[in-house]
Amino acid sequence: MDILVLLVPLALLMGLMGLVAFLWNLRSGQYEDLDGAASRILFDDQPPPPSRKEPSP
Amino acid sequence: MSLIGRTAPAAAPPPATPAPPRCAHCGAAAPAGARFCCTGCEGAHALVQGLGLDAFYRRRDVAEGTLRPAVEPPVVDFAQHAVVQKDGTVVLELMVAGLSCGACVWLVEQALAAEPDVLSARVSLSARRLRVTWRDDAARANELAALLARLGFRVVPFSPACLRATEDAEGRALIRALGIAAFGSMNVMLVSVAVWVGSDMGEATRHLLHWVAALIALPVVLVAGLPFYRNALAGLRAGRMSMDLAVSLGVLAATAMSVSEAARNGPFTWFDGATALLALLLAGRVLDRAARRRARQAVAELLALQEGTVTLLGADGGARAVPVDAPRPGDRLLVAAGERLRLDAVLEGGDAILDTSATTGESLPRTVMAGEALPAGAVNMGAPFTARVTAAARDGSLAAMARLLERAEGARGRYVDIADRAVRVYVPVVHAVALATFLGWWLWVGVSWQAALVPAVAALIVTCPCGFAIAVPAVQAVAVGALFRRGVLVASGTALERLAGADVAVLDKTGTLTEGQPSLLPGDWTPAQLRAAAGLARSSRHPLARALVEACPDAPAMPGVTEIPGRGLMQGGVALLGSAGFLGLPADGTGLTLWFRADADAAPVAFRFADRLRDEAPASVAALTALGLRPELLSGDAAPAAAAVAAQAGIADWRAGVDPAGKAAHVEALRAAGHRPLMVGDGINDAAALALAHVSAAPEAGTDLAQTASDLVLRGAAPLSALPAAIATARRAQRLARQNIAFSLAYNLVAVPLAILGLVTPLIAALVMASSSLVVILNSLRAERDAA
Repeated sequence: MDILVLLVPLALLMGLMGLVAFLWNLRSGQYEDLDGAASRILFDDQPPPPSRKEPSP
Repeated sequence: MSLIGRTAPAAAPPPATPAPPRCAHCGAAAPAGARFCCTGCEGAHALVQGLGLDAFYRRRDVAEGTLRPAVEPPVVDFAQHAVVQKDGTVVLELMVAGLSCGACVWLVEQALAAEPDVLSARVSLSARRLRVTWRDDAARANELAALLARLGFRVVPFSPACLRATEDAEGRALIRALGIAAFGSMNVMLVSVAVWVGSDMGEATRHLLHWVAALIALPVVLVAGLPFYRNALAGLRAGRMSMDLAVSLGVLAATAMSVSEAARNGPFTWFDGATALLALLLAGRVLDRAARRRARQAVAELLALQEGTVTLLGADGGARAVPVDAPRPGDRLLVAAGERLRLDAVLEGGDAILDTSATTGESLPRTVMAGEALPAGAVNMGAPFTARVTAAARDGSLAAMARLLERAEGARGRYVDIADRAVRVYVPVVHAVALATFLGWWLWVGVSWQAALVPAVAALIVTCPCGFAIAVPAVQAVAVGALFRRGVLVASGTALERLAGADVAVLDKTGTLTEGQPSLLPGDWTPAQLRAAAGLARSSRHPLARALVEACPDAPAMPGVTEIPGRGLMQGGVALLGSAGFLGLPADGTGLTLWFRADADAAPVAFRFADRLRDEAPASVAALTALGLRPELLSGDAAPAAAAVAAQAGIADWRAGVDPAGKAAHVEALRAAGHRPLMVGDGINDAAALALAHVSAAPEAGTDLAQTASDLVLRGAAPLSALPAAIATARRAQRLARQNIAFSLAYNLVAVPLAILGLVTPLIAALVMASSSLVVILNSLRAERDAA
């Protein structure tokens, strides 16, 4: 049972890390726009460059 | 919403009938042979292509027509809303309406990023909020806003009201509590399961594990339970027992007993039950809140679009746009044709034609003479006029009405929902049982008081209304979400429950049963004449001219048209379209007529307009009757007009000429007679009645006051048709909530005797709680299936 002295704190530490990460996410506003984030992942990075260089009318 | 959803194979149209042509930009029906429905869309399409962003059209997923650029975007000075930062960059926050899919977000961000001086543009899809930063010049704000308007998005400055709806501090606190409770329950479970299965575990190890569990659970119970403790205290102060009180007592009793068991090294602790209960209940609350928040944001979006500016005339005669709350009494305003008057004022000179349907319910425009008072909320149907402000916005009649509404809202806030009503009986019974169990074991059986506490608290825990507390929020979240997708915005927490109980439907006439704006009636004109007249009318903002354009949207604009404000339109010095007097004809007496001739010698034809009954009104009224709601028509308009609409809509019981106070009094009288009236109205004159009614609804096109006063806002082109469906959904949700509560009670009938006999271990309690909650949640999901 001595191994518990190592394993229980280790498990708790990992859980705490998850909790801290969650609280940080929440604070930095990552739960504010779940709809937008869901579709943002499907965007291409940039529109094709050649047409962007054309002078706008 | 989702882009993934669109990859499903679409139903192929039957080959025999080709699909009607669709506008390449907004997707609305386009005239045969044309790629676009209007010149605005053509411009927008060219703009998108010029930016190299045509990928948008392959990805967009928006309702047809929502992206059609407005003919004349509203004049707002965005520059004064732009904020210059310390480092010289400028930040502007806008609310973007019409933003409904990921592709729209992409288009807006990329279109702005293509501007050379823009540093960043970031859109939040759920808040419809755009934050754009650029270098140097605050005046660029107007150009950037105009760019979005040309793409078909309506933008307004992000107002404090939008912010209130978006910034949800309480919701965020709930999510934080949920995260903490979830962490706690999982880690406590890690220890508790070891205790449950470790029958060969030594006493010392068990003692250690109990204390580890306590170490995790105590802070979690303290922090994550705060939302419940606060509500319970608030309820106690107000002298009532709430669901939160039951939850708080259960959680705190379980924790306290577990600490005492850990101290005396008993066989089991109950920390896992206390934390799991918190996590589960918080999950229910968070989901319920998220569903309601979406609806609240949509309402705030509607309200923000109505928040306009007024045109202030300076001492030097110059005009400038200012926010509504800037003018002081005595200031002079210029009220443009088609503009809604937002302040109390008197007319300075000449006369004015006002549409007062929002303030009195009259459908025919009224002529006001110089010096007469102009009611705030009326729409200018004629020429632009100047008016002298008599009261600043916060002292005016609209603000007084808003204050009245707040008071009425407060009264409705005292409505006790079904869960709290059940708790009033449930809590005393449960606590009496727990107390009797404790006394029974201690005094009668004669065990130590700590040992007697175990079955008593076990009884409290298994009866702690887990399924019970989640029964109503789960159903609400599902039903509110389903209604949201059908265009019914439910912002108030108890609205669904009240809607389910409504037994009388009181309907306003103008703008509710009718469309609230003039539309062209059939007449003895030819399509070619209509097309020519609509081409002329494109140059005017007059409501009748707009109705004419609406009747023939593909007419090309005529060149060289000049408007004589309030009278008509001329081309090449010849009067072609306007009032009878303008074309040199004898006055015809009816207010809603435009005369037209193709050239100076042609015979004039009349285009007559009327406020038409909504197409879906008769069917919706019939559906309401079928649901057991007695329909009534309550109109501020004259008797003949009200009678005609009542007959067309199939309403037997109608009242005409009712002023706002009369409407409110009628609703109060209905309530006093024991009815539960559902009030549907759109005008400022309906607001008081809406706020007093048992439950109320306003169409999307209604005034902001009416929407604020209402529990539900009905969106879409046929708002009335959503109402019967909403009632059916509300009743179904109510039925499911009752089933859930009944089920939770039945569960307790089995679990409580076991707890009293001391047979319930933490393992059994956890199983009982989890399984009953699961059944309740699964049952709640049925609210969605039947509403869809």
